[in-house]
Amino acid sequence: MDINARETHAVASSAEGGAALSLHGIHKRYGEREVLRDIHLDIKPGEFVAIIGRSGCGKSTLLRVIAGLESYHAGSLDFDGTPAAKSEDTRIMFQDSRLLPWKRVLANVALGLPAERYLDALDVLTQVGLAERRLDWPARLSGGQRQRVALARALVHRPRLLLLDEPLGALDALTRIEMQTLIEDLWRTNGFTALLVTHDVQEAIALADRVVLIEDGAITLDQRIDLPRPRARGGAQFAALEERLLQRILHPESTPGGIRLRPLRSTLVA
Amino acid sequence: MSKEGTHQIGQRLLPWLPPLGLIILWQIAAQAGWLSSRVLPAPWDIARAAWKLSASGELWQHVAVSTRRALAGFAIGGSAGLLLGLATGTSRRLEILLDTSLQMVRNIPPLALIPLVILWFGIDEAAKLFLVAIGVFFPVYLNTFHGIRSVDPALIEMAKSYGLSGWRLYRDVILPGATASILVGVRFSVGLMWVILIVAETISASSGIGYMTMNAREFLQTDIVLVGIILYALLGKLADLAARGLERFWLRWHPGYQN
Ligand SMILES: Nc1ncnc2c1ncn2[C@@H]1O[C@H](COP(=O)(O)OP(=O)(O)OP(=O)(O)O)[C@@H](O)[C@H]1O
Ligand SMILES: [Mg+2]
Repeated sequence: MDINARETHAVASSAEGGAALSLHGIHKRYGEREVLRDIHLDIKPGEFVAIIGRSGCGKSTLLRVIAGLESYHAGSLDFDGTPAAKSEDTRIMFQDSRLLPWKRVLANVALGLPAERYLDALDVLTQVGLAERRLDWPARLSGGQRQRVALARALVHRPRLLLLDEPLGALDALTRIEMQTLIEDLWRTNGFTALLVTHDVQEAIALADRVVLIEDGAITLDQRIDLPRPRARGGAQFAALEERLLQRILHPESTPGGIRLRPLRSTLVA
Repeated sequence: MSKEGTHQIGQRLLPWLPPLGLIILWQIAAQAGWLSSRVLPAPWDIARAAWKLSASGELWQHVAVSTRRALAGFAIGGSAGLLLGLATGTSRRLEILLDTSLQMVRNIPPLALIPLVILWFGIDEAAKLFLVAIGVFFPVYLNTFHGIRSVDPALIEMAKSYGLSGWRLYRDVILPGATASILVGVRFSVGLMWVILIVAETISASSGIGYMTMNAREFLQTDIVLVGIILYALLGKLADLAARGLERFWLRWHPGYQN
């Protein structure tokens, strides 16, 4: 990518709103094992991208690399056209809510917030519908409520890139759909770029502009989802897409010999 | 009063029944002359002795002296243990530098130091403070170290990625995460504090509860000896209650401490 292209990115996402993200040939190893292989990914400002894939394929690792929690061995990571993510613009929401048990709900949301913005914490807590639980200890909340607090804690920093690592994995079906609607609403009003890791193909299709499939550390599918929002899960188009993605995941086009697929979107980098 | 209520009060009183029964039996046995008052004076006589001692103010003077020693020794040893535990828990380098030596010293029972301490400090105040401080130091040190090391790394990672570092990370995440373990150390050492002080005071002192009992022994005043023993029990219980109060306050977020 040349300098000009970077600048266009930076201009396209001025100050507020989502951040642009691009990964070029990211490699990551744990010891001998290669966990991420040659990851290329370009995400436009404000885009909602879902990452799916089997357990252990490297989804969390990818997210942690983007969040700056993990180093990588080769490649480059650009955030709004500048190398290295600005950590105050990126927030990650972990699969386990990771609330501090010794801080009350509101103090958890306000973690790391400058004192003069403490009131924002209450605003965001109201947005996720938990204002009246602000003085409770996290231990007193249900799993879904804890996740909502964790979401509020991430959002209060007005991140331009929000990374979600299976945030709804542990929730029941009804609460999941509620949380999905909440996340979609917040994404639409705040305009951040969102990267959601999920096991649930339906969830990916319901929320994302693009669904990226990772297999064995490499991106093997990058599917645009053009359904109008809000997306009804019952629709025929929805069902067709879901079926296609599921088939793709269950029957990879690799030969029995185990030759890896070439990344489908390798042209995307140019 | 409802049936439920009566039942509850009964439950509350039940644990007090055996000691009460024992005291009554003891009183009867003493009055009947089955127990020599040199061996075990009647409860009533002990109560009278306690009353006389406290009316003259002598008792309170000894209690005050002993309490001051216990608290001063605890403050010195406890804060040293806390600070060193925080230091070695936080910094690998300091751990490598200090931990082996501390582990070696830990294997010496504090009371084994008594002859040496008497040689160093005589039967001075400093001797007792030193013994209590040494005894209290290790439980606090070990539990602080362990507490810091066992703070959930996932929480630390989260806090760092939310912009916390340095003192704020320490105050908001590491210290609170270690509190439960530190308080276990405090509770343990509060018990140890009295044990060590009792021994130190009976061996060498010119005031304090230990001195009072040893003095009484020389004059065969078994009742006063027993008053001293009961006092130690009460003070130990009081110290434990205080430590538990700290737990209830500092760990009020913890599901295990919520009523
Ligand atoms: N700290 C680590 N040290 C060594 N290997 C690791 C480490 N973290 C992850 N791995 C390995 O990297 C691979 C990818 O892990 P990752 O957590 O990214 O998977 P995932 O796609 O998020 O799986 P899941 O859907 O189960 O969360 C796995 O094989 C895992 O064993
Ligand atoms: Mg994962």
